[in-house]
Amino acid sequence: MKTKKTKKTRKQASSLNFLALSNDSTAKTFIMATLVCLVCAVFVSVAAVSLKPLQVLNKELDKKKNILQVAGLYQEGDDIEAAFSKIEIKLIDLETGEYTSEYDANSYDDRKAAKDPAFNVQIAKKDDLANIRMRPKVMPVYQVKEGDTVKQLILPVNGYGLWSTLYGFLAVENDGQTIVGLSFYEHAETPGLGGEVDNPKWKSIWSGKKVYAADGRVAIDVVKGAVVPGSSGNEFKVDGLAGATLTSRGVGNMLKYWMGKEGYQKYLNKVQANGV
Amino acid sequence: MSNKSKEILLDPLIDNNPIGLQVLGICSALAVTTNLGTALVMSLALTAVTACSNLSISLIRNHVPSAIRIIVQMTIIASLVIVVDQVLKAYVYDLSKQLSVFVGLIITNCIVMGRAEAFAMKNPPGPSFIDGIGNGLGYSLVLIFVGTFRELFGSGKLFGVEMLSIVNDGGWYVPNGLMLLPPSAFFIIGLMIWGIRAMRPAQVEEPDFKIKEVNGTEIA
Repeated sequence: MKTKKTKKTRKQASSLNFLALSNDSTAKTFIMATLVCLVCAVFVSVAAVSLKPLQVLNKELDKKKNILQVAGLYQEGDDIEAAFSKIEIKLIDLETGEYTSEYDANSYDDRKAAKDPAFNVQIAKKDDLANIRMRPKVMPVYQVKEGDTVKQLILPVNGYGLWSTLYGFLAVENDGQTIVGLSFYEHAETPGLGGEVDNPKWKSIWSGKKVYAADGRVAIDVVKGAVVPGSSGNEFKVDGLAGATLTSRGVGNMLKYWMGKEGYQKYLNKVQANGV
Repeated sequence: MSNKSKEILLDPLIDNNPIGLQVLGICSALAVTTNLGTALVMSLALTAVTACSNLSISLIRNHVPSAIRIIVQMTIIASLVIVVDQVLKAYVYDLSKQLSVFVGLIITNCIVMGRAEAFAMKNPPGPSFIDGIGNGLGYSLVLIFVGTFRELFGSGKLFGVEMLSIVNDGGWYVPNGLMLLPPSAFFIIGLMIWGIRAMRPAQVEEPDFKIKEVNGTEIA
């Protein structure tokens, strides 16, 4: 009993000693620095670890929501998971245009793969229309199914605009030619100017446009100003955004790259020839 | 609430507004005020960080060695900001995407540092906490004021709800594109400070330099 008591008083005394130390003594400076760091580190780690699952879920839901939106399958308030059950993810090798089962389609992350030398390829300067420098060898394709038939193909695209890389999805019909929609889920273009790529009215122009001309080249483009109604080749032209020439050009170039030989063209040509 | 704490809380709203009088924290005021939603979330985040950092710094104020006090303040503020950022990412993902780096930049917001150094280091935890809330609210007031103008005249909306129907969608209002660019926030804040100082002449600063008076013939 007695020993316990002395121990306690000694402990109290030592902590009092620490508090009683002069604030500017070297010992107190070190002790305070360590203590503050420890407490803050624990605080931050606990918050980060405990919120991680929610954040991962949010990110996944956000991506799925965007995929559904570009396919026109999502209204505000819908259950994202339920709507997403109509979509099957397949991986394609861009080199051959064939399906590949090398990786697990559900966990494959094309944005991570684009940065990993084991999964990506450098794009030659002259081919790099989208200004992205590297691309993954394998890209996911989201197939929207109705029963057993594939109705739409949703293709991830990305490219540089004015300030930032725009990440989005292009949805095409199962003919591999007619566009259903284009939507971006991540960009940092000027709000109100380049940021108008998110404007529903502008996005709706894309629906029904065609990607490839009769000779097989990528004809879809964003033109400067408004498309003249009734002029030839209208099905390949989309109005440019007013005050956002560089963003508009970026979007056009991005599609030229991703729909071209380096991108999905081989795959889409196979779809056009043999069906999905 | 005693008179003293009322004064600490309300004083930074107009009389001693961190943006209006001290002209601190301008950078984020330019960046996040293109619409009211982001301005509001940013205001809440900054108020929470200022209040909590003031509280925790005030709690340990008597034991902070003066040689490392700024670093200690920074560490506490940075930790709080990271936690706020994580919470936003977990619960309001869409808004946190729009705020992007600016929540992280609260760390370098002069208001938070300024209150920690000027108030929390010298006052007990209670008043320090209230001072943090007060200054956060002062900042919020300006952000919401600027955000209202910019969103209404720049995109014809408030909180994303259409107020003025825009020409592009078949309405009558031609949006003012300048309002969406950062310089417009400068103009609005400048006009606002002019307004406040016209009402409260006590806030007008003495000019640092006097312009030399010359008569017409001497101007070469």
